[in-house]
Parts: sequence; C-alpha cells; structure tokens
Amino acid sequence: MSVITYRQALRDTLRAEMLRDENVFVIGEEIGVFEGSYKITEGLLKEFGPRRVKDTPIAEEGFVGAAIGAAMLGLRPVVELMTINFSLIAIDQIINHAAKIYGMFGGQTSVPMVIRTPGGGGQQLGATHSQNIELFYSFIPGLKVLAPSTPAEASSMLRAAIRDDDPVLFLENLGLYNSKGEVPEGYAEADNDDVATIGRAAVTREGSDITLIGYSRMAMVANQVAEKLAQEDISVEVVDLRSLRPLDRQTFVDSVKKTGAAVICEDDWLTYGIGAEIAASIQEGAFDYLDAPVRRVAMAEVPMPYAKPLETAALPSVESISTAIKETLSAVGKRVG
Amino acid sequence: MADTAKPKGGAARSSGSRRRTRKDTSPSLGDESPDTLLDYYRRMLLIRRFEERTAQAYTQARVGGYCHLNLGEEATVVGLMTALKETDYLFTNYRDHGYAIEKGMDPKRVMAELYGRSDGVSKGWGGSMHMYDTESRMLGGYGIVGGQLPLATGAALAVSYKGGDEVVMCQMGDGTTNIGAWHESLNIAKLWNLPIVFVVVNNFTGMGTTVEMSSAEPELYKRGAAFRIEGERVDGRDVLAVRDTAARLVERARQEQTPFLLEAWSHRQKGHSVVDPAKYRTDEQRDTARADENDPIRLFEDRLTKAGVLTDELRDEIAAAVKSEVTEAADFAENSPKPDVSTLFDYTYATPVPNESRRMPADPVFAE
Repeated sequence: MSVITYRQALRDTLRAEMLRDENVFVIGEEIGVFEGSYKITEGLLKEFGPRRVKDTPIAEEGFVGAAIGAAMLGLRPVVELMTINFSLIAIDQIINHAAKIYGMFGGQTSVPMVIRTPGGGGQQLGATHSQNIELFYSFIPGLKVLAPSTPAEASSMLRAAIRDDDPVLFLENLGLYNSKGEVPEGYAEADNDDVATIGRAAVTREGSDITLIGYSRMAMVANQVAEKLAQEDISVEVVDLRSLRPLDRQTFVDSVKKTGAAVICEDDWLTYGIGAEIAASIQEGAFDYLDAPVRRVAMAEVPMPYAKPLETAALPSVESISTAIKETLSAVGKRVG
Repeated sequence: MADTAKPKGGAARSSGSRRRTRKDTSPSLGDESPDTLLDYYRRMLLIRRFEERTAQAYTQARVGGYCHLNLGEEATVVGLMTALKETDYLFTNYRDHGYAIEKGMDPKRVMAELYGRSDGVSKGWGGSMHMYDTESRMLGGYGIVGGQLPLATGAALAVSYKGGDEVVMCQMGDGTTNIGAWHESLNIAKLWNLPIVFVVVNNFTGMGTTVEMSSAEPELYKRGAAFRIEGERVDGRDVLAVRDTAARLVERARQEQTPFLLEAWSHRQKGHSVVDPAKYRTDEQRDTARADENDPIRLFEDRLTKAGVLTDELRDEIAAAVKSEVTEAADFAENSPKPDVSTLFDYTYATPVPNESRRMPADPVFAE
C-alpha cells in the first residue's frame, strides 16, 4: 500500500490503461501541451505523442461527438471535459447519441467511451462553474455514471470504466483532486486487474444509530462527519453510492433496515436532486424500518455566489450534516445530541 | 471551388427561379454501358416505389412515428452511393430509407424496420429515422439535425488513427449548415486531416423554412471556405453528375486525407414528412418541385430512351421487377414477427452490470 492523491491515482491509471490497450486514447481541451487544466494528463503527450493525446479546439459538442464516432469503430476514447458545467454544450451528443446508439440500433454497435469530468463547488468559481449536474446523466438509461470518492476507487473505477463497453460518465470533483488515500501496490501497472464492479455501492464505515449516504466529495465528508460524531458516541454507518447509474439501492436500504434512520448528503440542489431518488427508494424499500423521516442535506437553491461567505453558506458542510443527524435522532427519541 | 451546376439565375434565390428544362443540364451519357445505366435507372425506381409504398403503409397505420421520404432525391442517393466503396462508411440524417437500401441493406429488412418488426435492420428499435447496419457500414440514420456530423467526423478519426483507407461520407440536409455541430465538425475534420466527405442535400427547404430565410450564405457549397474545405455543387437530379462529382471527391479524400464538401441540389416532391401537406409552398414552388423536368427519374428515363438504351419493353420489365420487389418487401414486413416484450431490456447496455433496472412501469422498485 502507498498513499497518493486522487489526482495521481487518476493520472497513473490512465497511463496504465494506455500502455495496456493501443485503442485507448485521450481527447479534450488543454490535455496535451497544457497537460490538463487539473494536470490529470501530465506527461502523457510526451510519452504517447499527439496521436493518442489529442488536444481539441474549444468545441465540446464536436469533440465529444467525435469520440463517440471513434468508439463506434472500436477505439476506446477517454474524453476530458474541463468541468461538468461544460458538458451542457455537449449534452445532445451525450444524451441523444452516446446513450442511444447501442439500443436505438438494436444492439449492433456499442460505444465504449469514458467522459471524465469534475464537478464541485467551493472554489469561488461562481454560478456557471460550480454546478453539480450529474443528475442529468444519472437520469438516462444507456449511460453509466460513476462517482469515486477515494484514490483507490478512482483507480479501480476508472479502469472499470475504460474496459466497459458502454458510455460512462466518470464524475470527479475539484475538492477531491488533492485528497490522499491508500492505493494497492501495482495500481499503476498495465497488467493490473483491480477493476471495480460498476453498479455497486459500498458501506465504507459500519455503524448502528443512523445511515449517512453520500457520493463523490460528499462520501468523503460523510466519513469526516462519522468520525466526528463517534467522539460524541453517535454511531454513523456511511454508504458511498459510488455508482449513480445503475443505482445499488439494496446496499443503502439494507443499511437503513439495520439503523432505522437515514440522512443523505449531496452536493447538488435538493429539489429533484439525487437525494430525492435515494429518499424515495428508502421509503419504498425500508418503510417499516424507519423511525424518522429521511432527511436530506443539499445545496441552497440559488445560483452559486462568488463571495466566500455566501458560497460557504450555500454548501453542505460537516456541521450542517452533523446537525441534521442529531435532529433526526432526537426526533425519534433515539438520542439527543 | 467549382460550381459545376449552378441553377439558372445565379445563386439559390428562390426555388421558383430554379425551373429548368432538361436540355440545360443534360450531359452526355458518355461511354457508360447500357447495363450500368439501366442498373442506375432500376435502383432509382426502386427507391421511388419503395417510398410510395412506405407512404401508403403509413396511411394504413403500418408505419408510425416521423417518416421522411427520398422522393425527388433518387438520383442523388444512387449517385452518392455509387461513389462509395463497400468498405466506406456512411452516416445520414433521418431521410434515410433510400440510403439504407443503396448502401446494401435488404429492402425487405428496411421495410420491416419501418413496420417495427423484429426482422427490421435495427430489430424494430429504430424506425424510419434510424436505419443501421454494421455489415454494410451504414452507421445510422440520425433524427437530431446535425447529430451525425460529430459522429461521422469521429469515425473518420478512427479510420485515420488505425491507418485505414476507408472514407466516411456524412449526408445532411440544407438546414444543417446552420447548427453548431456543422461548424465544429468541419473545423475538426480539416484540422485533423480526416478522410470525410460532407454532403449537403439541398432541397431548398428545411421543413418550411427556405435556405434564403436561414442561411446568410445561401450558396451552401461555399460554406466550407471558413475551414479551407473545398466545396462543389452538383445537379442532384442527374445521377451521372452526382456519381462523377462524388466519386472524384471521395477518391481525393482517400488519397489526400482531407475533408471535402459536396452540395447536391434537387427538389423535394412532397412535404417534409409524410404527414406534411406543404401548404406553405406557393403554387409556383409546388409546381416547380413536382415538375417533370425536375423529376430525376423522368429526366433519366428521357435520356435513356432518346439514347436508345431504354425501350418500352425494358421499361415495363424493370417497372414490373421493381413493383414485385417492393411488394415482396411489404409482404415480408407484414409477416415479420413483432418484437417480443421479453426483449425490452436486451439493449440498454452492452456490458451487463449489477443493479440494472428491469422494472416494468407498474412494478415496485423492490420485488419481494
């Protein structure tokens, strides 16, 4: 085991997959000469050359669509979209084409491609650069949506995404790139077969009082919350969704059946958000086990402001999630925080 | 750039000014063999009769959804497809039935797709706008205007990446030249030296909006200039002219590894789709679109007859053969089984993964 950043896990895994399979290539804005806006593709142009590290014009619809067309002919493109906000410019190609081509033509041609893109607020990037719109893609049958929260998951899930024959939206997070964690030995080797199973959530911390559900950066924050509340003798079980489509409902429903209460923390807006689907699933799968209403902690419903105090106030935090947990537990008399 | 067949009166000002007599545009038949000429004639007639049968099936509610026909564009379809090798790739828009047949799909299976049957080329999942066949390398009709342009560009990128010698042809309508994907795709294709020919089938009308209403530069073949892509215009009513121009550009794309643009103009005989009576057309526009001198099949028939290639007997023989082929296609479609509901979840994902939803509308999320 070694400890590395989420960023390095992505970069080394990408390189390993390029070494492993000649058909894997990376394509996107500023990924070659500039080495990536967030340096995930650092060194790749020098090592693999411009054929396999394709700098593009600022034309998201054009190059995302070109990656889809290349995938239809058997290549395995890994697209970098600078942020998920820019995916809106390519959304016709992602939703009307990548997600449809396999089914719409009766299974004749698969689209083995990955779209890597970071979401995440909290960087003072303002309203148009701070959105978490993974919901749009998680809504669409035909797409797979992954949201790793640790360096080890980033590595094994990126490997899974590249080797999968379907279009995968691979959600990264600006707030996770510098986070550190353990990765298995040999994670950067081309012959590594540490491949995550797409479509599985994970209980990342066991507990007995309440279930806390998150994904991407919020799964990391959820573990921080659990750690903090453990010192107050509150036992929080953490579920990391990992895969937003397909959604592994059974894992979090089983957890709620055990704990009897649930809080969902999400970096997107509450109304119609990912948490709404989780809450609906819990009421359907664990109705008789619930001791309190399911609570959601989500972004304030405003375009994200630039000014730091306003931005901070709009985002879920360790404190706000802790408060929601304590209020939920106290509502059923299970525990008063 | 070469304007090989500019409509009379200069640029496309109004479709009414485009009325032309056969004499204006009739190049010689060259030294083409009678068999080849008659083959083109038969193929054009097959598309005509196939589309007429499709319209009939639509009114009988055998065909559903949106349905756009190639009526009036038969010479363009046959000319373009003759210019491609079997190994070349084709992407088209939703007006794709003729292209599907011409690129090598069995008309029976194309009709079965229109009927939504399991023997359809896309197993009944696509319908009129989404003909697809891996084997004949027709990689899709696409229903979203401009959607096929980035895909076709990417297919050409894959050809180039693998060092192949195939060419990609990307067909579209005139309205497509105003969408963002047009600009992005042409720019990328030229920047990356991709072997692709973009073909604009200009019928002067995007639904009811004329080219003049929508395009600041209505001479569409010139619109590659911003990307240094050479463009040519051809009379899309003339199968030989389309074939020769397309073949030249396809071979140049193959040899020079660079994109080209071809505009083929012709008239849309009917409305935008089978349910459109095209009431927005002026009488003059309607008459022009339906005039014998703008009908590619009539034009070719006249030329072949005058040259002594097509006799009355041959014409009757070909008509009967085509009629029987279309009837056979419709019968095949009619008798093809409807897709079984048990196959509903067969094509969501190519790689199966856990927790894929297979829930029917009224099923609970958690089955006990």
